[in-house]
This record gives sequence, C-alpha cells and structure tokens, in this order.
Amino acid sequence: MAIFALKRLGVALLVALTVSLITFSMNYLSGDPAITIAGEGARIEDIENIRRYYGFDRPILVQYWDWLWNALHGDLGRSYSLRVPVADVIFERLPTTMLLGACAITFGLTLAIPLGVLAAVKPNSFFDRLALTLAVVGQAMPTFWFGLTLILVFGVMLRWLPITGQASWWNFVMPAVALGYNVAPAVMRLTRAGMLEVLASDYIRTARAKGLRPMKVLFKHALRNAVIPVVALAAVQFGFMLGGSIVIETIFQINGLGYLAWESIQRKDLPMMQAIVLILSIIYVVITFLADMLNAFLDPRIRVT
Amino acid sequence: MAETTITRTPLARAGIQTAEEILAPSPGAMMRRRVFGHFGLMFGAFVLLAIIAMAIFANVISPHDAYDQQLGRKLIPPIWHDSPKVTWNHPLGTDHLGRDYLSRLYHGAQVSLLIGFSAMIISGLIGTVLGVLAGYFGGRVDMVVNFLITTRLSMPVILVALAVVSIIGSSLTVVIWVLGLLIWDRFAVVMRSATQQVRSLEFVTAAEALGCSHLRILLTEIAPNVMNHLIVVATLEMAHAILLEAALSFLGLGVQPPTPSWGLMISEAKGLMYFDPWLIAIPGVALFMLVLSINLVGDGLRDVTAPENRS
Repeated sequence: MAIFALKRLGVALLVALTVSLITFSMNYLSGDPAITIAGEGARIEDIENIRRYYGFDRPILVQYWDWLWNALHGDLGRSYSLRVPVADVIFERLPTTMLLGACAITFGLTLAIPLGVLAAVKPNSFFDRLALTLAVVGQAMPTFWFGLTLILVFGVMLRWLPITGQASWWNFVMPAVALGYNVAPAVMRLTRAGMLEVLASDYIRTARAKGLRPMKVLFKHALRNAVIPVVALAAVQFGFMLGGSIVIETIFQINGLGYLAWESIQRKDLPMMQAIVLILSIIYVVITFLADMLNAFLDPRIRVT
Repeated sequence: MAETTITRTPLARAGIQTAEEILAPSPGAMMRRRVFGHFGLMFGAFVLLAIIAMAIFANVISPHDAYDQQLGRKLIPPIWHDSPKVTWNHPLGTDHLGRDYLSRLYHGAQVSLLIGFSAMIISGLIGTVLGVLAGYFGGRVDMVVNFLITTRLSMPVILVALAVVSIIGSSLTVVIWVLGLLIWDRFAVVMRSATQQVRSLEFVTAAEALGCSHLRILLTEIAPNVMNHLIVVATLEMAHAILLEAALSFLGLGVQPPTPSWGLMISEAKGLMYFDPWLIAIPGVALFMLVLSINLVGDGLRDVTAPENRS
C-alpha cells in the first residue's frame, strides 16, 4: 500500500509540475506580454517600464522558477485589473464554488445510483429503459441552455425559486441541478454495469442460497462492491464540474471562482486566469489522488498493479 | 457443421444451393437487419441527415438572408404563437435585430457541424496516434502517453479554451484548433485499450513471427480491428465539440457576431428570454436534437458492430 501510494504521489506531483509549466507558458501565447498589458497605442517607454515592473525582461526559465517558487509560498502574483494579490481573491471565492460543486455532485449521485441499481436489478424492464432514455437525453442537453430553461420555468413562470445570487440555500438548488445532471448519465451507466456484474457473481448466489432477504443481498452485499468504480468516476466528475462551473456561475450570477474566471477573461487579466487554471488543476490532481487511495483501500486488488 | 458439408458437397459441386442456404440470411443481410431494426440508430441517422441537409442547402432553403436586419420587423413570434404580428413570411419569427430566425437556424447548423467535424478530426488524429502507439508498444511509451492523458484531464477544458481564445483572439479557425487540441483524451484512452486487446490476439503474434514490420502490423492487422471503436468515439467527440463550441459562443468567446451560431443565438436572446422565451427555446432545441442524434448514431453503431458488447 505504501509503495502504491508513493508511486501515485510521484505521478501526481509530476502532473502538477507539468500543468504549472503549461499555465506559465500562457504568458507568451500572444507574443510579448508587456505589449498586451500596455494595450494598443502605448509608447515604447511605457512598454519597457511594464516589462521591467513585471519582470518580463529576465530569462524565461528564471521567470518560471520565480513564479513557481512564489506560487508554492501562496503568492500567485498581482491582478492586472484589480491591483490586489490574486491569491486573496481566489481563496475568498473558492468556498462558494466548492459548495456549489458539492451540492451538484450530491444531486447527481442521488439521482444516478438508485436509477442504476434499479436498472440493473430488472434489466430490460420499464425502469431500465427509462434510465437509459434519461441518460441519453441528459448527455445531449447543453448545460447553459438547461440552466436558462430552469430559470424560465421555476424562476419566472412558477416563481418557486430565486433566479440569481447566493443569499440562501434555495439559490443553490437550480445551479446544482443544472450542473449536477451532467454527472448522472455516466455514473448511472457505471452503477448499472457494476451491479449487473456483481449480481452474477458466486458470492451473491451463495448469499441468496443462504436465504438472506433480497434487500439485504442487494444493498449490503452487492452495492458495496458495485460502487467502488463509481468513487473514482465521481472524483473525476467533481473536477470537471469545478471547471464547468464557469458557465453555470455566469448564468446564475454566483460569485464563485467560475464567475471570477469569466470576469478576468473579459478583462484579459492574465495572472488571475493563470492562477485559476492552476488552482483548479491542482484541486483535480489532489481529488483524483485521494480517490485512488480510497479505491485501493476499498478494493485490495487495485494495490497490486 | 460436418453434416451440412456432407449433404452440400455434391449439390455445391453442381452449383446448386440447398434450401437452407437459400433461406439463411447472408452476413450482409444480417447486418442490414440489425441496422434497420435498431430504432435509436435509425431515428438518430434520420435527424442527423436532416440537419446535415439543412446545413448543406442553407443558402437555397433559407426564406431570407440570415444577416439582413429589418428593425421594423423585429421580435415577431413564431407561427404557433397567438399574436397579431405572426406571419408565414417568418415561420420561426425574427430576432431582436429583425433577422429571420429560420434562416439563421439553417446557417447555424453549418457552423455547428463545421466546428464539430473539424475539431473531431484534429483531436482524433492526435488521440488515435497516441493511443495506438501506447497500446501497441506498451512499456515506456505507454507510461508517457498515460502521463499526457492525466495531465490533459487535470486541466479544465472550458476554462483553458476561454483563456486561450481570449488571449489569441476569437475566430472560427481559432475555436476549431483550440477545441481540437484539447479534447483528444477520450480518443487516446479508448484507442489505447482497444489496441491492447487486439495486440494480444494470435494473428498479431503470427504476423510478428512472419517478420512483418511494425508499420505493416499497425496498418493491416491492428487498424481494421480497432476501427469500430474509433468510429464510436469519433461520433461522441463530435457531439462533445459541438456542445463546447456552443458554450464558448454563449460566453461570448466563440464564434463572433453576426455569424449565426446556435450558442451565440441563445446568448444574444438571453436578455429577452423573460418576454420572448422562444428566442432561446428554438436554438436550444436545435442544439439538443443535433447532439442527441449524433449520440444515438454513435451508440447505435456500437450496438450494431459489436452486439456482444451491448450494455
């Protein structure tokens, strides 16, 4: 287990390092970053000043090293437009996005796992077909359009839920549904496939032959093994959702990391964009690493490979 | 088997088929039967072909110029609305600038299909090469490719795409390249495992024993056997690219106005949706139908080409 964990940790660190390199290189996507900051029609002296002020006149490797070193110490640079440390703004907004993500994944899982189990218990039944149809429909629905439709139906026509903002828990219902339904199809398919496989195995037959109640066999014996792969998938999907929250937060005007990302993209605030990409990537790396560990703990067979 | 051979031989020599042979469906007929009997595939293919036809003949079938603004005729509701402004001249009504919505819908199909298809080709090339090499050679190559896939997955697609587009500047070509360079991960994952499976089969070992070169084995032994997986992923990734383009355009960093893109149409109508909800409903339904049909075709092709893998 220790060797397995160390190996995974090494890969995770390497991935984080590569991501930081890619993120840093965004500085040079447009050519000269100093000219981008100065804007059109700037004088040459101004550009030179900006270049010195932000340190773009140093060798690239030195710049990267400094940037990485500062980032490791919690200093992600200063925002071009807000003139404050990027890290402060990000950590102020991060909890909102994490909360939204947690609500969304909870919704997705509570929808998908029972449906997947039901579909697997009676394959080709009405429930199975309903679940598959929902999965196909869910995969085809554009997130932003679904969000707008929810606003229109539940916010405007029925007036059940608040449309924008984050004043109360009710504000998070629609965004969480719009973000979370995305997760459901994949999780449902995986739960169904896992349950079908487990239900056909010998130990389930033994449990049934012993005369255990069907419910106990289903939930205590079968589901426990069938959801192991779902753990990894849910972690991956949670990471994707943090990235996808930019669309939902813009629609519902939730002041989280996604909305911040959209604002800084509008203002071409490069340090802010870089920091958000970096933070979200690192959160993804950490979450998938933890999920790997949890998986290895739940299923000893994984540790061997 | 032996029985049929015995009874068949004399007749076959004389060029006569037995009743069983005549009645039994040929492999081609079996395939056709599976294809035409698959509801999802048929429905998806029908809708997809209709949308492709819409895109190809957009200039011919559009009742009006998709860019022509007539502010005197703005915000006419579609014909099923109960309003005095409704006219058959604009079956789906007009937008906030008085442009014919049906014509814009037809032209939007062009943008979606063009971006979806091109981005799919680019990402397919990258992902397939990486995945096949990893699956075929294994070892270090596999490790490197796996690392690349993990790194790619850890970066949030929409955010990176938005950031890059905002730095470089937005155009159709930029959107296609950015999406193409970002979404190759699923191609690589699927092609890697498909190649691994085929690689361990006897006929590949036989080809190696005969002294075939790697290139020859990859092209003549591996490629035909992973093709069905490739087609399925290709359809799913095309749908993925179309959804991403719509999201980028919706956020204002994809296709730029006045080009009609379904995502952009929804974005432009966002402020008016409380009063004229059809403005977001129509392009949204179009987008939904396009992605649904592509996904149905992909799922259907998987069922038809590999019935034993049916989920």
